[in-house]
Amino acid sequence: MIAARGLGRRFGDKRVLRGVDLDVGDGAFALVTGPNGSGKTTLLRLVAGLALPSEGELRVDVTRDRIGLLAHDPLVYRELTALENLELYGRLYHVPERRERIGMLLERFGLWDARHERVAAYSRGMTQRLALCRVLLHEPQLLILDEPYTALDAQGAELLDAQLAELRGERTFLVSTHDPQRVRALATSELSL
Amino acid sequence: MNYLSDVGALTRKDLLLQLRARDTLPAMLLFVAAVFVVFHFSLPAGSSRLAASGLLWVAIVFTALLALGRAFVPEREQRTLDALVLAPCDRSAIWLAKSLATLAFLVAAEIVALPLFELFFHGLHGSTVAGVALADLGICAVGTFVGATAVVTRARELLLPLLFLPLAIPLIIGGVGASVVHGPGRYLGFLALYDLLFALLCWAAFEYVVVE
Repeated sequence: MIAARGLGRRFGDKRVLRGVDLDVGDGAFALVTGPNGSGKTTLLRLVAGLALPSEGELRVDVTRDRIGLLAHDPLVYRELTALENLELYGRLYHVPERRERIGMLLERFGLWDARHERVAAYSRGMTQRLALCRVLLHEPQLLILDEPYTALDAQGAELLDAQLAELRGERTFLVSTHDPQRVRALATSELSL
Repeated sequence: MNYLSDVGALTRKDLLLQLRARDTLPAMLLFVAAVFVVFHFSLPAGSSRLAASGLLWVAIVFTALLALGRAFVPEREQRTLDALVLAPCDRSAIWLAKSLATLAFLVAAEIVALPLFELFFHGLHGSTVAGVALADLGICAVGTFVGATAVVTRARELLLPLLFLPLAIPLIIGGVGASVVHGPGRYLGFLALYDLLFALLCWAAFEYVVVE
């Protein structure tokens, strides 16, 4: 699904990624590790199509509507409610039976009771749960998760563990994390930057 | 149909965000009213209709600049532009929706500003209103495009007016022309042509300014 050869990216004079080779097959769970500043986030942005490589080749055999990206930022609007955020993305992704799917995800991630509250009133952990709802809303084939456990409490982290375990094998994962132990058991390959 | 539905969803979101923030429209109204009051007392008595027309256009362009400066604030602060760019909708829908939302606020400000202008300067004609309506389209189309270009840079507050004002000069020429000549058709046609050309350019090129 993802093939990269000699992938590199620079911002002005600064080279943030250099000579990365990556092969991720359908249904694989690829783990990307590395210290701060090693280019993990840049690699994930390149694969998501949010940035273009400065050098090398990258092939991603999946269309934009089949990609789910969990970035450093939750990518939700703070002045909208959880429901309004998911409605917006549900419309943009043309999710069938949108209302039911949104309700199911909000229930699963423990946000149903707070669905009419603006995200600005959410804690960081609740916002991260909402971000996960956004990512899973359109049932993406390729899940790109950048530090997915950030800000989650123990219960939220367990929910995410269960979700990853449930989808592993059915979906393709590209996950970057500072805490590889948490997901290493699920990983089929590991790239250290 | 999907394209229109995407534009509708995004426009609704933009209007909702700006209405809830409660800063853009009040700031625009206050600014445009203050400009008219200042010019009313600073222009010498008996100043020509030409001078009054000129200041109307200065007020409109700078009021629009306020709205354009706020248009991409939610996307910048919450980095949600990434999520919109990643969504499967045509990326030009993001530009069109943002332009429509900005246009709504600009028109709302002008509904108050134009009667105020008439009250202070007595120079409002049908051709002026038609010129303002046509110029609004160009201002929002070009301004939103420039706003999206500027929002990813560090010097965004400087870049937006620096890029936008030179591009707005033809609109001011056309608008002032339509306001002061007896046969404004040529100037209104010029404004319509500007709108068409720049809207097409921005629509086609928007994709390239939102991907790194």
